[in-house]
Amino acid sequence: MSGLSGLKADIVVPGRLDASVTAEPGAVVAVIGPNGAGKTTLLRAVAGLVEMHGEVTVDGESWTSPRRLVRDRRLGFVFQDQSLFPHLSALGNVAFGLRTRRTPRREAEATAHEWLERFGVGDLAGRRPAELSGGQAQRVAIARALAPDPGLLLLDEPFAGLDVGVATSLRLELARHLRDFAGVTLLVTHDALDALTLADQVLVLDDGAVAQAGTPREVAARPRTDHVARLVGLNVIREGDAYRSFSPRAVTVSLSRPEGSARHRWEGPVVSAVPHGDAVRVLVSAGPDLLADVTPAAAAELGLVPGRRVWLSVKETAVEAYAVS
Amino acid sequence: MSQQAALGRPPTPLVALAAVAATLLVVPLLTLVVDTPWGSFLSLLGSDAVLDALRITALTSLLTVVGCVALGTPLAWLLARVDFPGRSLLRAAVTVPLVLPPVVAGVALVTALGRNGVVGGPLHDTLGVTLPYTTTAVVIAHTFVSMPFYVLSVEGALRSSGERYDVVAATLGATRWETLRRVTLPLAMPGVLAGAALAWARSIGEFGATITFAGNYPGTTQTMPSLIYTTLQGDPEVARTLSMILLVASVAILAALRNRWLTAP
Repeated sequence: MSGLSGLKADIVVPGRLDASVTAEPGAVVAVIGPNGAGKTTLLRAVAGLVEMHGEVTVDGESWTSPRRLVRDRRLGFVFQDQSLFPHLSALGNVAFGLRTRRTPRREAEATAHEWLERFGVGDLAGRRPAELSGGQAQRVAIARALAPDPGLLLLDEPFAGLDVGVATSLRLELARHLRDFAGVTLLVTHDALDALTLADQVLVLDDGAVAQAGTPREVAARPRTDHVARLVGLNVIREGDAYRSFSPRAVTVSLSRPEGSARHRWEGPVVSAVPHGDAVRVLVSAGPDLLADVTPAAAAELGLVPGRRVWLSVKETAVEAYAVS
Repeated sequence: MSQQAALGRPPTPLVALAAVAATLLVVPLLTLVVDTPWGSFLSLLGSDAVLDALRITALTSLLTVVGCVALGTPLAWLLARVDFPGRSLLRAAVTVPLVLPPVVAGVALVTALGRNGVVGGPLHDTLGVTLPYTTTAVVIAHTFVSMPFYVLSVEGALRSSGERYDVVAATLGATRWETLRRVTLPLAMPGVLAGAALAWARSIGEFGATITFAGNYPGTTQTMPSLIYTTLQGDPEVARTLSMILLVASVAILAALRNRWLTAP
């Protein structure tokens, strides 16, 4: 970390968030965590939209001492709800941030048009937001945030509310644009796929604090929170000063107490049983909530309906153990 | 239709009372239309007194709308967007003229701006400016009674368009002034137009505050309503004709606003 470029932030929003994040220029940081963990608060604090203590430094310039107004922070913000100006065309929306930075109208509109082309919506330049589909509007919103060449890009669940197919293609496009983007990107997401496909770093927030930080691979393989374990489809339990994680596929479900070498055993009622790929994924409230994947035939044979009490076991060889940091 | 019929016939007392209400509202206007001496309508319209009154009404109502837009828009923005101590108190004060009897508004204006008034006295002594009984006084009286309609309409529009877009504009580098000009006002435009129309309608019908504060002098302060009041004493036929002119103007405004308020949801 050079300390002169990229993002360095130590943020305290009393009662809601106490978190630090550092990132090299060009890095994409996925911010994940359950609802109310402080993800959006983190973005809004960096943008200067909520009162905070601490420091935010972007490319060697402090945004907090003295405190910079929102408009003087060179940032692009893509909001969770569709927030395109309803009275401006797609082109007018993208040109807006260029015009406020004293770009002559013609030049601003030419640049805005290039950005729309880059996102494949150049032919929609004259349309109002009400005449755009969700995916098109989100493309315009991202183009609008990137057009003024910000030093920091803040994306608050950019794929929320989009159809799965639309979200998938937009995710691929965004990955391409983020590779070209020289600044730091903070991406708030609910989706493990976003974190794994788009991010260089993952920041896991839980209850207003950083629960885990690392590369997507590390976080996915060794989750430290239930939330992330669920996102990546793993079970994680804490035993003393170690975490143990294991795949739902490694879990054996039985109606009676399992005999033999299985060291880890739990008992409890089935909470839900839903199709998951070619298996049935069973959620059992067994002290910790645990997932188990069984074949549809086994699910029928065991009568795995909500309320049914079952035993779960997992072989030690299928468990990965790692220290609580 | 079939669903309505399935609910049974509307209760007779309800229909009867509704008919009385409708009669009360419609009959006076119908008799005005019928009783207007249409034969002398055009020649009356061309008389000096009527032309003067029409000119003063047109001029003062136009200046009133300009005054409301120029001064009321900033006030509405301040009430909708800026948190300052006494904001709710100020909003309450702004709405008082809505319910104030116009004559009381006129008396209040005389108290403040009359030649011996709290503000008008010093104004006369130092600058030699006298407001009462001038066309300016008509505009001030009209603005006083019309401004609340405008401010409330625009403030409502600013509130419903929300602060959300102001925040988006700030993240795109816009100053508050740029945001107001390029985002907030365009989004509140329906409220601005509706408020301006309301202020205009209030202004052309204004009588009580005007006659109290500005008097009833032909050529300077005699507006259409004042002229109607005067002619009604001696020549009711002329008064009916003048009233007809104002009725037509009011209906025209109503038609212009129809799409906003008269279309059933």
